[in-house]
Amino acid sequence: MDRPENHIGLTLGPVLFNWSAERLRDFYATIADRSAFDRVHVGEVVCGKRMPFSDPVWPDIIAMLEDAGKEVVVSALALPATVRERKTIAALCEDDDRLVEINDVTALSQRGGKPFVVGPFVNVYNEGTVRLMASRGARTVCVPVELPLASLTSMAQSCPDIEFEVFAFGRLPLALSGRCYHARLHGLHKDSCRFICDQDPDGLDVETMDGQPFLAANGIQTLSHGVQAFCPAPEEAARAGVRRLRLSPHTVNMVAAGDTYRSLLDGRIEPAEALNRLRGLNLPGELVDGYERGLAGCLAAGQA
Amino acid sequence: MAIELVCPAGTPSALRSAVDAGAHAVYCGFADETNARNFPGLNFSPAEMTKGVRYAHDHGAKVLVAINTFPKAGTFEPWRKALAAAEEAQADAVILADMAVLDHAATHHPGLRLHLSVQAAANTPEAIGFYADTFNVKRVVLPRVLSVEEIAKLNKEIDVETEAFVFGGLCPMTEGRCSLSSYATGRSPNLSGVCSPPEHVEYVEEADGTAVRLAGFTIDRFGKDEAAGYPTLCKGCFVAGGKSTHLFEDPVSLNAAGLVGRLADAGVTALKIEGRQRGKGYVAEVVKTFRAVVDAIEAGGDPVKAEQLLAGLVEGGRQTSGAYRKQWR
Repeated sequence: MDRPENHIGLTLGPVLFNWSAERLRDFYATIADRSAFDRVHVGEVVCGKRMPFSDPVWPDIIAMLEDAGKEVVVSALALPATVRERKTIAALCEDDDRLVEINDVTALSQRGGKPFVVGPFVNVYNEGTVRLMASRGARTVCVPVELPLASLTSMAQSCPDIEFEVFAFGRLPLALSGRCYHARLHGLHKDSCRFICDQDPDGLDVETMDGQPFLAANGIQTLSHGVQAFCPAPEEAARAGVRRLRLSPHTVNMVAAGDTYRSLLDGRIEPAEALNRLRGLNLPGELVDGYERGLAGCLAAGQA
Repeated sequence: MAIELVCPAGTPSALRSAVDAGAHAVYCGFADETNARNFPGLNFSPAEMTKGVRYAHDHGAKVLVAINTFPKAGTFEPWRKALAAAEEAQADAVILADMAVLDHAATHHPGLRLHLSVQAAANTPEAIGFYADTFNVKRVVLPRVLSVEEIAKLNKEIDVETEAFVFGGLCPMTEGRCSLSSYATGRSPNLSGVCSPPEHVEYVEEADGTAVRLAGFTIDRFGKDEAAGYPTLCKGCFVAGGKSTHLFEDPVSLNAAGLVGRLADAGVTALKIEGRQRGKGYVAEVVKTFRAVVDAIEAGGDPVKAEQLLAGLVEGGRQTSGAYRKQWR
């Protein structure tokens, strides 16, 4: 496919939440059928305990997406710990047919020089780290969510061969833990969690004692309550060195979210209109984008 | 093999106190964003570091310099200077987290011994092997996500030394992989070397107590007679699923004094005490107590009842052995 030099790609990130196999199959069928995403991530990133439920559906989903012309990336776990989880990563890193997204240094050492995407869970804060990743096969780097856009620009200038991606839409992945907060809240241990995180397909709202929306829990992961909505004009994104925007799946209409971003990046709508359309999607929180401006991540979007 | 007790020194006087109290090694950092305790009034100038190292060496103790934050693109100079200053001061090792900093140290300061900071969050043989093979890292400070059994297994699969936290503040989140603080305040451990920074903390007096706010978010409330620890975001009280709860972690501190013997059996080389933000009196007392525990275990005797001895020093008097026991998860 021929694309202009400054074309900005649209990535659908991995599903971070505990969705049932049926929900995953239906979701990706819609994405394959009529979404604007050119690259789609699949695979479980947050909790290895969820894998036995989702593992059986991925081969069909991958085939469906690739038949529809999507580039598929297989994402690896962000906090592997058990022998089984480490073996899963090793097996996944064997994949010669498609890109693998590494979300922990464990996978970096196992990928053995084959091409990969660096996910936002890996601490890539500077050009030295990007060069090291590039020398080992990195093609795309989705930078950590708290890194300001100005730092990405600085990295892009010194590493022109790497495709830089920004986490542009969705609740921001803020922290990982050895402890499961869903289990803790329900008085359970992680080892016998009953998979109750499936009750919150966009994460469990966490408010302050004064009722102010603040964070969201998703098993061992903590996300923002606010929904990242980084909506740059295409020339602004290109100037900043951004080559891809990542949208993170929620239960809202992700086809519409993808269409909104494609329209924005193709210059058919203004950033303000993109934010308006996103606000109409019945999102789980207010729109935020402070991180991109080097400020607190919770600051309201579109204030620049 | 002898257990090495690694103790915090936020200031030159705390360094002397720790050494005098029996620390085998102290760790400290320079007074800027290159270390993960970048708080006002803490840390060392290059000249103070040189003097501190001399004092420690004269008393048979080592100095490990923490340069364990992540330089943002285009801002490498402070980290470059910190590495040069640590070598100049004749530090026994530097504790690093960022791959570019590790690469610079391995290339330009081959004489420096490299330790991998807990901020690098390496908890599998593959991740640890990567840092050992690529940068010749000699020791890894373990993330606080592993149980004692898992540490024992891990040590059988790796060739580098391990260091485990045994006392002090406890991050429930995996260190180096947490942006909660910057989401609320714009500053975080990875970016700025601070968590829940003091300039964003506000105490608001109310009718029946005090509300503690961080950047406008109420993270806890205390009654008039309740002791309030430092308001770290993840130790706050929040509302989730209709419950008001310390969702992430109770206001507790880590105390693994009772596990020192088992950690030694698990192959851990060094035991680390958190608390570079603490005063010299606190440091002296904790170090003395832990040194007694370590000495007792090495002598083959019963470990002294250190958990009780140290109870008065921890926030709100409440302690946990954290992830070292699997139930914590």
